[in-house]
Amino acid sequence: MDKIVDRQALVGELNQKFGECAEIFEDNTNQSIKVKPDKIVEVMKELRDNPNYELNLIMNLSSVDYPENFTVVYHLNSLTYRHKLTVKVELDKATPQLPSIVSVWKAADCMEREVYDLMGITFTGHPNLKRILLADDFVGHPLRKDFKHNA
Amino acid sequence: MLKTQELTLNMGPVHPSTHGVYRCVLNLDGEYIQNAVNHIGYLHRGLEKLAESRTYTQFIPYTDRLDYCSGLSNELAYVMAVEKLMGIEEEIPERAQYLRVILAELQRLGSHGIFLGSFALDVAGATGYFYIFRERDRVLELITRVGGNRLTPNFMRIGGVRNDLGEDFFTELKDLMDSFEPAFEEYNGLLTGNEIFQSRTKGISVVSKEMAMDYGFNGPNLRSVGVDYDLRRDEPYLVYDRMQFDVPVTHNGDLFDRFVIRLKEMEQSVRIIKQAMKEIPEGPVMAKVPKVIKPPVGEAFHRIENAKGHLGFHLVSDGSTKPYRNKIYAPTFVMLSAFPEMAKGTHIMDAVLILASIDIVLGEVDR
Repeated sequence: MDKIVDRQALVGELNQKFGECAEIFEDNTNQSIKVKPDKIVEVMKELRDNPNYELNLIMNLSSVDYPENFTVVYHLNSLTYRHKLTVKVELDKATPQLPSIVSVWKAADCMEREVYDLMGITFTGHPNLKRILLADDFVGHPLRKDFKHNA
Repeated sequence: MLKTQELTLNMGPVHPSTHGVYRCVLNLDGEYIQNAVNHIGYLHRGLEKLAESRTYTQFIPYTDRLDYCSGLSNELAYVMAVEKLMGIEEEIPERAQYLRVILAELQRLGSHGIFLGSFALDVAGATGYFYIFRERDRVLELITRVGGNRLTPNFMRIGGVRNDLGEDFFTELKDLMDSFEPAFEEYNGLLTGNEIFQSRTKGISVVSKEMAMDYGFNGPNLRSVGVDYDLRRDEPYLVYDRMQFDVPVTHNGDLFDRFVIRLKEMEQSVRIIKQAMKEIPEGPVMAKVPKVIKPPVGEAFHRIENAKGHLGFHLVSDGSTKPYRNKIYAPTFVMLSAFPEMAKGTHIMDAVLILASIDIVLGEVDR
């Protein structure tokens, strides 16, 4: 079983520090919190550096095209405490964009480029936001549900 | 008139030293690298999109094509993620768990064999290459016996493994494990202890602990910089918690360490396989899973200690027979992004080695 962070305390601490920005996200994994897009960089820095949590490794950066929104999912992991946390950011369908966290982890660089390339989510402040897997002249973002593929 | 000029050199996409269809553009000052830029995507097959139109079971063979040097471990990561999504991790029969451990470690031997062999070739030591590939080929022969294919066995199933393995497999496996010990001595003699090899690799492309964590290193590359973190021991899955093994850690973070750590890991893999062979119980190899796999609405992220790093699957289910989203976390895709910084300021002949030391497989990088 995964070791999970005390989300209640964490969310309280984050809200106190950065103003109402985080809440517990109920899903089947019981390890997710939801963060407002414009606060993501501060929250990530805090999660990495706060000695009570030290979520110092980013395990995965994923994105899902739900019918109601785009969700960017960060899976974080602590080497010190061996616990895990999932951070979710919900974006509206029309203009999906959020700040880049390359300043927190350089590992996010290529992962954000991949999400941009395949899902069409813009990361503002990213140093080099270009397509990474597909050709530069490719039209569309294949992982979106409205993209039709012929296979 | 005499003048110096920066030279732009294109390496790849088809080049023996790039270990696949990978291209990088190097800016050279003489023979020293000023800047490197990665270009990937030549092998992109859209596996994540394909997964959305395949059932959960149908996707298992596709995972073989990720990191094609360790097909069985990829399948294992995927089926374990599906099992987590369905909530049946506890129901997998013991014998199947042991078989999975044995096969995953066997595959690790094969994958590290490729790394060591091709690394030897990249330092222009063709002899080492042949010695290491001798054992690696025997590993592949065993995998052929398991799944009928050398690289794409398609053997793991959601709920267990495809079929039980007979006595003859274990006899041959034991034979192979016994021959690994003298083989390690040969590898060490040919490469690790070789003075030319050491002078090519020691102290070159040193990665610090901070840089490794920043760039999201994991697996052997992270352990080579002194971070003691192995999922098999720290977040045990299957029956790894019953196995006695050490997690090798080195502290310099240079090319030599990244080579040596894999050699040491192979020794531990042999140790694990020998124990598992002794302890494996009799019994069924498949849990009772429904014919049509329909995980409940929800999501799961699971990762295992693959040969190259942590291979993870983020699966989202909408309750139907096909995944709503299947995100593959490929370790080498992330680690490759550190190549420009690792290569900066090094000699061009070392850049080839640095690239090899990350242990990239383009099937996984491009998906």
